Amino acid sequence: MAGPAGGGPLTWRVARLVERRVETPTAQTLVLAVPGWPGHLPGQHVDVRLTAADGYQAARSYSLAAPADGDRIALTVQRVPDGEVSPYLTDVYAEGDPVEVRGPVGGWFVWRTDEPAPVLLVAGGSGVVPLMAMIRARRAAGSRTPFRLVYSVRSPTDAIYADELRRRTRDDLGLDVAYVYTRAAPEGWRGEPHRIGLADLNTHGWPPDLEPRCYVCGPTGFVETVADLLVGLGHPTRRVRTERFGPTG
Amino acid sequence: MGIVSPGFQGRPRSAAPALPPGQYLTPDFPVLSAGPTPRVPTDGWEFVVTAEDGTERRWTWAELMALPQETPTVDIHCVTRWSKLGTSWQGVSLDTLLAGVDTTARYALVHSYGGYTTNLPLADLRDGRAWVAHGYDGRPLAAEHGGPARLLVPHLYFWKSAKWVRGIRLLADDRPGFWETAGYHDYGDPWREQRYQGD
Repeated sequence: MAGPAGGGPLTWRVARLVERRVETPTAQTLVLAVPGWPGHLPGQHVDVRLTAADGYQAARSYSLAAPADGDRIALTVQRVPDGEVSPYLTDVYAEGDPVEVRGPVGGWFVWRTDEPAPVLLVAGGSGVVPLMAMIRARRAAGSRTPFRLVYSVRSPTDAIYADELRRRTRDDLGLDVAYVYTRAAPEGWRGEPHRIGLADLNTHGWPPDLEPRCYVCGPTGFVETVADLLVGLGHPTRRVRTERFGPTG
Repeated sequence: MGIVSPGFQGRPRSAAPALPPGQYLTPDFPVLSAGPTPRVPTDGWEFVVTAEDGTERRWTWAELMALPQETPTVDIHCVTRWSKLGTSWQGVSLDTLLAGVDTTARYALVHSYGGYTTNLPLADLRDGRAWVAHGYDGRPLAAEHGGPARLLVPHLYFWKSAKWVRGIRLLADDRPGFWETAGYHDYGDPWREQRYQGD
């Protein structure tokens, strides 16, 4: 397996904001230009480091939201109300301003476009970000690998990338997207808001005998629940890859 | 000092306790693992130390519990930058487990139920610095935190404290484990910020 940067030490690079997209009331996508960026695989992440005028530094990890595209990288940042880094990135950070980034990091929670197995993606909240990088990489590579995304959100307005997912479900052959709403379902939705359960994964996932690769990303409790359900349904643990994030940020 | 990001101030830091560089405090206990949480029953559980000549020492759950128990209170530091101070554990010192093992090995490869591995110098498991821990905060260690038993090596980044620990293989030569093969640092000293290869 390749190292985070494909070998060699990881260096901090200066990145500048070139574009900001509002995704939901609390999530934004930041497109950064990173001269010298070595490229990455969908599912990998970067460390972002901020330095204050007095030299104080804070760094956090963010998933890459899109496949490699020259020296551009995209991060989708969920604003954590009491956070130290995310409110700066969503509220203060301005076009042209520098931050430092280091990466890519992580060689396990990745999908390679030449892998033939069907893919099940299960996202909780902003856990959709690295999974969206896989969906976009699939499209960019012209891959026909069957993909299914089961996306758990509180309400329709909390769904990140909702418009693009609607468009891709229409245009990208072999991509299906199903939502699970935990608090408020859209009008006309069949069923009640609920936490993700066996029926959701049975209905919208792949049966184990198709030997799918499963990627699960979200808050700790969500990932624990989904991974246990998938194993209970008969998916071998080695085909279930997980990424958990805690409540701090 | 890095490149200053205009307008970034960070949290007030006068009251901050001494933490390794790049870490922040959390009152939570985040969970990070690469796959589903293994459910390992204690009947049938065993812990095996394999010396470099293939000699094995084995302990059942009951045998582990019958060994002298320690209750270390330690700070822990995750490579994803959270630190947690004053965590309380119960377990058996690696000094106890290694006492009867005849070895000249310099390295250890730790392996877990579920297939995870991690490596560290054997010296880092000795001298009261490492435990097989089965209790946390006065209760049995929860499965998502590595229960029924995990390695506890608090002076290194926490990925070295292998969850669901199953055994330790003693080796003459260093052999990287799961995250070390994926680009993380071979040793992982938080005070020297050894996160990735080359740090």
